Parts: sequence; C-alpha cells; structure tokens
Amino acid sequence: MHEFIQTIINGLETGFLYALIALGYSMVYGVLKLLNFAHGDVYMVGAYIGYYVLQAFGGPTALSIPVPLLVFLMFVAAALGCGLLGVGIERFAYRPLRDAPRIAPLITALGVSFILENSVLLLFGGFTKSYSTNSFINVDTGGINIGSINIDPVQITIFVGSILMMYGLMQIVDRTTLGKSMRAVASDREAAEMLGINVDRIISYTFFIGSAMAGVAGVMSGLAFNQISATVGFLAGLKAFTAAVVGGIGSIPGAMIGGLFIGLCEAFAATYVSTKFSDLIVFGILIVVMLARPTGLFAQPALQKV
Amino acid sequence: MPIGVDEWVAQHADRAEVGGGWRGTVGRLAGRVGWWPRWGLAVLAGLFFGQLALNVNIQTTAVNCLIYAILAVGLNIAVGWTGLLDLGYVAFFGFGAYGYALFSSTALGSGGAGGAHLPAIETFAIVVLATGIFGALIGLMALRVSGDYLAIVTLFVGQAFFEVVNNVDPGTLGGVNGLFGLDPVHWLGGQITTPNGYYYLALVVCAGLVGLLHFLDNSRTGRGWRSVREDELAAEAMTVSTGIVKVMAISFGAMVAAFAGVIFAAQQDTVFPTNFTANILILIYACLVLGGAGSLAGAVLGGILVTAGEQLVSSPTDAGYLFYGLILLGLLLKLRPWRVLAGVLVGTAVFGVALHAIVGAISSSATAGSPGSAGWIGSLVSHWVIVPANATTFGNVLYILTIVLVFVFVRASERWRPFVLVPTIWVAACCWESRLVVNPAITAQILIGAILIATMTIRPQGLLGTMRVEVV
Repeated sequence: MHEFIQTIINGLETGFLYALIALGYSMVYGVLKLLNFAHGDVYMVGAYIGYYVLQAFGGPTALSIPVPLLVFLMFVAAALGCGLLGVGIERFAYRPLRDAPRIAPLITALGVSFILENSVLLLFGGFTKSYSTNSFINVDTGGINIGSINIDPVQITIFVGSILMMYGLMQIVDRTTLGKSMRAVASDREAAEMLGINVDRIISYTFFIGSAMAGVAGVMSGLAFNQISATVGFLAGLKAFTAAVVGGIGSIPGAMIGGLFIGLCEAFAATYVSTKFSDLIVFGILIVVMLARPTGLFAQPALQKV
Repeated sequence: MPIGVDEWVAQHADRAEVGGGWRGTVGRLAGRVGWWPRWGLAVLAGLFFGQLALNVNIQTTAVNCLIYAILAVGLNIAVGWTGLLDLGYVAFFGFGAYGYALFSSTALGSGGAGGAHLPAIETFAIVVLATGIFGALIGLMALRVSGDYLAIVTLFVGQAFFEVVNNVDPGTLGGVNGLFGLDPVHWLGGQITTPNGYYYLALVVCAGLVGLLHFLDNSRTGRGWRSVREDELAAEAMTVSTGIVKVMAISFGAMVAAFAGVIFAAQQDTVFPTNFTANILILIYACLVLGGAGSLAGAVLGGILVTAGEQLVSSPTDAGYLFYGLILLGLLLKLRPWRVLAGVLVGTAVFGVALHAIVGAISSSATAGSPGSAGWIGSLVSHWVIVPANATTFGNVLYILTIVLVFVFVRASERWRPFVLVPTIWVAACCWESRLVVNPAITAQILIGAILIATMTIRPQGLLGTMRVEVV
C-alpha cells in the first residue's frame, strides 16, 4: 500500500510536468494547427537557465540568497528566457511558413528542435548537469510526512505551482481580452483578422505563454530529478504532446488530465513492471489511445470541413 | 501529370525558371533529354566512380551516400508522393538491418555458435518481405489517424523500435551492445568483402529501385498516391481506394528501407541500437527535403549531398571547403549586381583583416589561437579571423552572435542586406574556426537542422523538386 501511494505521488509529479508542457503544445496547436516539435527542447532550455541561475547565486552548496527566493528567481528567469526563445522561434522559423502546405512547418519544427538540442550540446557540453537539489532543499525528510509516505518540498512546489499556473492560464483564456482574441484566432484565423485582431501579435503571445510554462516545467524537472541533459527535451515533448491529445487538443483541463494520465502510466510501469521497459509501455499505451480515440478521451469527434 | 493541380498554374515555376540567357538554354536542352537516358547516364557515372580506385575512406563514404540515397528514395514514397508524414521510417531501416543481422550471424544459434548464416539472396528476400509486412501493419495506422496524428503515432513506433532493440536482451537481439560478427553478403560461393564491392551492390540496388519506382510512379498506383496527397476526399470520391493506397505507400517505403538496412548491416558488419535513433530519421528527412520531396532524382541527390557533406565536416582539412565553398557559392548565385558582389567580397576580406590587426595590436593573446581548419585554408584565414588562445567561451559567444546576425540579416531590408552580410560572414567564419570545426559531430547535426529550416523557408520544393501550387 505504501509503495502504491508513493508511486501515485511520483506519477503526479511527472504528470504535472507533462501537463505544463502539454499546455504550450495545446495552445500552439490550437492557434496555428502546428505540431511544434521544438517545444520539448524549449523545456530543456528552461532547465539549463535554472541551472545557471543557481550557479550565479553561489551554486547549490554556498547559496547567497534564501532558497524560496532562489526558486522564484529560477522560475522567473526560465519563464522569461524560454518565452522570448519561443517568440523568436515563431518569428523566424514558423511565421514565413504560415500559408505553406502543412508539411513544411512540421519539418521546420523538426529542424528547430534539432538545432536547439545541438546548440545546447555545443554551448554547455554533453555531460549531464546536476542541480544537487538535496544540498539546499531537504528532500528526504522535509515537506509533509504521513506515516512512511513522504511528499517532499519539491513535489509540493510542483503541485502548487502547476495548479496555480493552470488556474491563471484558465483565467487569462476565459476572462481577458487577450484570451478572447486567442480563442478567436484558434477558431478562425481569417475571420479574427477581419475583425481587427492583430493575429501575429496574438500568436506571439501564445508562444510566449506556452514557452514560459515549459521553461518553468524545465526548472521543476531539474529540481525534482537533479539531472538535466540536452537530450531529454525531444522525448518529454513527445509525451507531452500526446498528453495534450489524450485530453483533447485546445482544452486546458484536458491537457492537465492527459499529463497526469501519462505521468501515472509511466510511474506504475516503472514501479510494477520494469524501469527498463517503462518508456516502451508508455509508447504502447499512447499508440493504442491515439489509434482508438484520436480526438482525445473527452473531445467530441470533429467533422472534416470541405 | 499531377492530379488536383491546374496544369498551367503548376508549370508556372518551370516557365519562370527556364527563362532566357545561357541558363535558360542549358535548362531547355536538359529538359529535352528523356528520363531513361538520364537514369542511364547517372548509373554510368556511378560505375565510373567505382572504377576510380580511390582510398577506402572515400569508398566507404560512397557506400553510405548510396545507402542514404536509397533511404531517401523510400521515404519519398510516403512523404513526397502520398503526403503521409511517416516519422517511424527509421524503424524500417532498423528492421531490415536487424533482420539481416539475425539471419547472418550466430544470433539465432546458441552459445555463440551455429545460427542461420543464410545466403544473400534468401536473406534479402526474407528481410524485405518481412519489412514490407511490418510496414503494412504500421500503414494500417494511417487508416485510423491522419496528418499530425499519424506523424506522432509513427514517431512513437520509431521510438518503440529503438526501445525494443536497446532493452530486450534475451541473447538474440544483443541489447545495447548490438549484434556483431555478421557475415558479408555471400551467394553461390562468392562473397563481398571490400567497400568497393558494397559500392557496386548499393549502386545496383539503388539504380534498380529507382527504375522500378519510376514505373510505379507512372502507374495507376502512383497516380493514386498523388491524388491522396492532393485531396484525399476528392480521391475517394473518384473511387481511389485511399486506404489500400496509403498502406501500400508505407509498406513499399518500408521495403526500400529494408534494402538499405541490409546493405548497411552487411557493410558495417555490426548493428547497434544507436544506428536507428531519431537523429538518423532527421538525417534522412534532411536528405529528402534538400533534394526535393516528390522527385526520385532529388531524393538520390539529397542522400548523396547530405552524407558527403556530413563526411566532409568531420575532417578539419576538408570542412573548410564545405563551409567557405557554400558561402562563396551562395554569394555568387544570389548577389546581384556584380558590383554589390565584389563589394561584399572585398568588404568582408578587408573587414576581417583590419579587425584582426586592430585586436592584435591591443592584445596579442586575443589573436593567439590558430584556426581550426587545417591545410591551406587554415593558413589563408589565419590573418583574417580572430581566434583567441582559449577559444571555447569566445566561440560560444560568437555562435549566439552569428544566430542573432542571421536573424538581423533576414529581417533587414534589401538595401541594408549587403552591409549586414559582411559582419555576418566574418563572425560566422570566426565561430566556425574557433568552435564549430573542433566539434564536427555537433556541427554536422546543427547543419542538418539548418538545412531543414533553410530549405523549407527558401526553396520548399528542394533542389530538384517541382513547386506545388495548392489549388483551393
């Protein structure tokens, strides 16, 4: 029983990360109908930004500022850096292809993802870097302890932080003019343009918000798993996209549920079957889900418009 | 004749391209040569290349070029002709290679002895058929999902293939260590042992497949593929059985990939899981996209160019030819009028030499490093680029600066472009000499990514493809 509950907690931890990445995917897909393969790599860049903020304030063992402030600064820096990166990618790689056949931006996205991954390899080296979270946050006995079950401070940060960000995003999308414009662009770009919405700017904002959330997720992953490397982005991005699909593209609660679903699948496969095959099992489940319900578990099947 | 495209509109690009001047004349003359004579000439050129008795490195590279040419040709069926974005393609390549490895080593025996050791012709037949069936099974997915969803599902299949061969290790698939000690291709008592032998094998296979696919392209099936690409709903209304056509496209592509896999495994005499990662997939896509999706000749050309380029980058003496050659070629082709071209060339040279002299006068350690390029290119540019003694950080900064300058160049107006071009080229060259040449593996990957983006933005039809005009 103890193992079961701990697995659920670990699954929720990865699940929330996938959910945060999935939101960016989902928003971009909703607005541009573009599968942004580079999104996973933006998440990876976020982890690196967090790492260098940590180094800038003295490194894990000799911090010069209080830990909560540090974590906050890491989040802000990663959000800003990744947000700008996302806007830049959209501006220079995707915008020229806005009216090209569907396959062109997809292949460009593969190229952007490849360049980001290898640029990080070039700039920061191929070795994995470690946040050494346990030297400045007490992950073994800190946080909430119920019996032998432990929810450590990093996990609490992830749970609370992700839920807050998703709530904020839902408020933005539902309540503000920006959110209204986003929904308008998503449902019909040309009509939105005719109604005086600056489509380019809305798309830039969408990329900024989505990438910023991916960046925060990157920092969270660095805190949670300690290890960051240039190659984690692609796979995480893939799983996150599937999370978005499972929950129904364009739906914010859907992306969250999809992310949690995949995180839990992965955690249970790793605990109860084999760590070696957890990825394979997740891929299997995802293929089956995508084939069985391509429109997502909750979405209504869309009719093809001619 | 493409389907779903207005003929006159579709040929607009051809008319524009075959214009006046000597280039127009050459284009018209080349257009008069039929498809089969061109095919024959290419094969003859390939045979002649094999006779040149070059050193083993070049021969091995040539085999790889042809392997990637075959892979690109196979990918072209699904991506170029049928318009299905198949991102699991590398699994078919791996399936073929592992298939050959299983039947030609001790893998199916026990305790490191025994095993199948089938003759080449049987292995080829079994592996290609098996991969075709595997491909058809994957192709069935195209019946359920389409577009981006198909892309992501097939990508999972590719990743799953890697996970299987990397992790399943019951002594048969070899796990992380791969399978090694494979037989060379052997049949009727003879066997192929030299790289040149594999070159001829790959050449025959490539030429044969291209010929067959040309027939297929002009057949009812080929027209079916293109109709599905242009408008699936309309194709279905015109009684094309879209389901069968899509399964066939992916399955045929898989069979072509299996040929490449067999040759790859036999020539390398080992197979590793890492030979079949997403990186290789993107490499194959770069080949196809650069050459031109939808064109057989383009796929072959792309495979050869990208693989040869990758090989060039890994050698410090030859990488310079590629880098400076491409820059010069680009300038010569794109910059008009001639005085702007001359201005940019002279300006770049003077700019670099002057900066080198100024920086060298201020601090001698800032120019103390030597360029990464070896040979005469290295000594030629050593007074032009700035390479400090410890070049890593400097190179990293320049790398980012290069990207920023390229963005500025892309955004600059026509009038200012030549002025931005001068520092861009120089900074890129400094970055190349101080950082990129010394990391050939990463550099090659970055260039492959850049090929994908640049081709899609500048010339989406690739080098030899024809422009597609979407008729709405």
